Amino acid sequence: MLEMDPVLMSRLLTALTLGFHIIFATLGVGVPLMICIAEFIGIRKNDPHYLLLARRWARGFVITVAIGVVTGTAIGLQLSLLWPNFMQIAGHVISLPLFMEVFAFFFEAIFLGIYLYTWDRFKNPYVHWALSIPVVIGGALSAFFITTVNAFMNTPEGFFLGEEGVAAINPIEAMFNPATPTKVFHVLASSYLTVAAILAAIAAFHLLRQKRKKTSAEGASVYHKKGLKLTVSIMFVFSLLTALAGDVSAKFLAEHQPEKLAAAEWHFETEENADLILFGWLNADNEPVGVLRFPGLLSFLAHGDFNSEVIGLEEFPEEVTPPLWVHYMFDLMVTIGMFLVGVSLLYLLFIKIKSVNEHNKWMLWLLVLSGPLAMLAIEFGWIYAEEGRQPWILRGVMTVEEAATSSPHVGLMFLLFLALYAVLGTICIIVLRKLFRNNPAEEELEKKYPTIETGDK
Amino acid sequence: MGYEIIGITVLWLFLYGYLIVASVDFGAGFFAYYAKVTKKDHIINQLISRYLSPVWEVTNVFFVFFFVGIVGFFPDSAYYYGTALLVPGSIAIILLAIRGSFYAFENYGSKQSNVYMFLYGATGLLIPASLSTALTMSEGGFIVEENGQVSLQYMELLTSPYSWSVVFLAIVSVLFISASFLTFYAARANDTEALKLVRKYALFWGMPTIVMALTTFIALGQHNERHYENMMDLWWMFGLSVGFFMIAMWLLYIGKHYGLAFISVMLQFFFAFFGYGISHLPYILDPYINIFEHATHESMGIALIIAFIAGLFLLIPSLILLMKLFLFDADYVKGKK
Repeated sequence: MLEMDPVLMSRLLTALTLGFHIIFATLGVGVPLMICIAEFIGIRKNDPHYLLLARRWARGFVITVAIGVVTGTAIGLQLSLLWPNFMQIAGHVISLPLFMEVFAFFFEAIFLGIYLYTWDRFKNPYVHWALSIPVVIGGALSAFFITTVNAFMNTPEGFFLGEEGVAAINPIEAMFNPATPTKVFHVLASSYLTVAAILAAIAAFHLLRQKRKKTSAEGASVYHKKGLKLTVSIMFVFSLLTALAGDVSAKFLAEHQPEKLAAAEWHFETEENADLILFGWLNADNEPVGVLRFPGLLSFLAHGDFNSEVIGLEEFPEEVTPPLWVHYMFDLMVTIGMFLVGVSLLYLLFIKIKSVNEHNKWMLWLLVLSGPLAMLAIEFGWIYAEEGRQPWILRGVMTVEEAATSSPHVGLMFLLFLALYAVLGTICIIVLRKLFRNNPAEEELEKKYPTIETGDK
Repeated sequence: MGYEIIGITVLWLFLYGYLIVASVDFGAGFFAYYAKVTKKDHIINQLISRYLSPVWEVTNVFFVFFFVGIVGFFPDSAYYYGTALLVPGSIAIILLAIRGSFYAFENYGSKQSNVYMFLYGATGLLIPASLSTALTMSEGGFIVEENGQVSLQYMELLTSPYSWSVVFLAIVSVLFISASFLTFYAARANDTEALKLVRKYALFWGMPTIVMALTTFIALGQHNERHYENMMDLWWMFGLSVGFFMIAMWLLYIGKHYGLAFISVMLQFFFAFFGYGISHLPYILDPYINIFEHATHESMGIALIIAFIAGLFLLIPSLILLMKLFLFDADYVKGKK
């Protein structure tokens, strides 16, 4: 393994770091918004339950931010260490958003530090709440800037590549390349969706456990029920927005990166009224079998018209088409996305229908599942985004192979980082469990807000 | 002034900022561990954690800023340093990762753990040592390009007296900067017992700092004559640096005006760091990266500078707010908030 091809090892190490980092990056974008909303409702309604939600989320958030910061630093440096030739071009053309991303993060970090250490320090509670807004904005801006760089890798524009290297650089055009709007929309919406789903899963999990133990901790139960209602409502809104973002992304791909869409859909021949196929496998003749088939739906997805023509993979030389297994990544991502819409809608319907208890066991289990599934969908979507661009690192300009380092030691570094992330991931979970188990919500409620009324209200 | 000069000045300022804030943090980690081993942790660890908790993330960003910025302004540095530094760079990342995350685990998570404390203390010395070797390499002779293949000469690096003197200079400087900051912070908190202890640390680490600085200066003369000559031309900057060092030591010794003493330490390092940086020019990597020949295109350079100025309007007020709340708010410093 240590002697393996530096290109392959560079890809694996980048995949490892990013695959680990995006979990924490997603939380970093989404959690501040949830904290901000919960604290606002808490102040507005003068309801300690919501304030405690904000406090406890913030407390757990610090731990995940720490890992987000260090893995973010790692990927920032690894870009140069593993892809020096890519960063040489990228430095010329796309360094502006990279640079601004650091500013956005700086801004977020400063206000996060202030926010965390100034609970109860201001007379007017809205002052403390207002400090969360720069954190939300900083997180969203970080995501925006870094996504423009990824968009640039898919549709590089704003420069001219000649014999002498890059020239005629327009940093703004590079940043606002055709892939930017749909990608940013998709990343932001799905981050908020995922975080809402994870926080909902935590609340649902606690409610299930209380059911099993039949404890009479009324106060805590109300606390978790309020948390659940809030997060699932947010989840519903962002699941719809994510579906919309997915739809515009497909239309973008059909127009600007047809090979990426075609590979995901196993769409080999250019045709009108193209079918959408889900799952299945490819037989010896490379024909999809065992699939779920939706007539004409791919045409509709690609162009908003069932009879429109969708470009197939046959129009591209084989050496510049992505691997066909991205089909599964795409399908899994979409399926989970639909599942999240369904689950959150069902819960909200149960609330409206008085005769059904929205906190029944099955509903809670579905919600517990939603959290991890949503994070998996982020991973699948990201793998699809990256693999779907292969063999390019900069589509049409530079391949992944040309970009990688020539250093023979990448294999060893891979093992080191694998060990590092394993340790960080494990300790993160242990610390989070300790943090909340040693200080359960019911105890904290009584300690902090001794006057609180228990029972449903 | 060309955008290349503005670019490198901005980057150097950020690296200077990192040097100060990270030194405080790195040194504090070491002192916290040392105090624990010598059973004095009850005296200073409360003080250290009150300061570090709200600001530790900010420290890291200074560094990220520097390396993202240098790739932006001088993209060739990604190619040369990126290729050559895979192994040492990865080790530095791992150390930074251990330090950052363990800090959070320790402080927000569970009760005190000796393993965390040890790692926190050890990385406080190892990180500056490993990062400082990047400056050593920039002097040339350690990174070579042959037949289009960039590589790092490990043997040369490990056997160079210059390289080792930089490492030791980095470590003692970290301890000196950190101790003089903690002295100021303890004085501000009216914590006499802690003050007595950290003031002793500051006085102790002052001398090694200046001795190592001189040693490094001489070793550089043997390694890179051009740079050494340039430094000689800027003698007055180094003279000012020594002057501020003496003021700082005097104030620490008589036990008055600790704030002024820390500012003098900052100025001491400011002049030394900028004297070193200016005389290093025009090379970022001797002889491969020259700021005039290898800067990014003008349009990107100007865009980066505009982004930088706009960013400063956002950051400076935020940083001032942070400092007001945690550094200059006497009640917070004293632990009443």
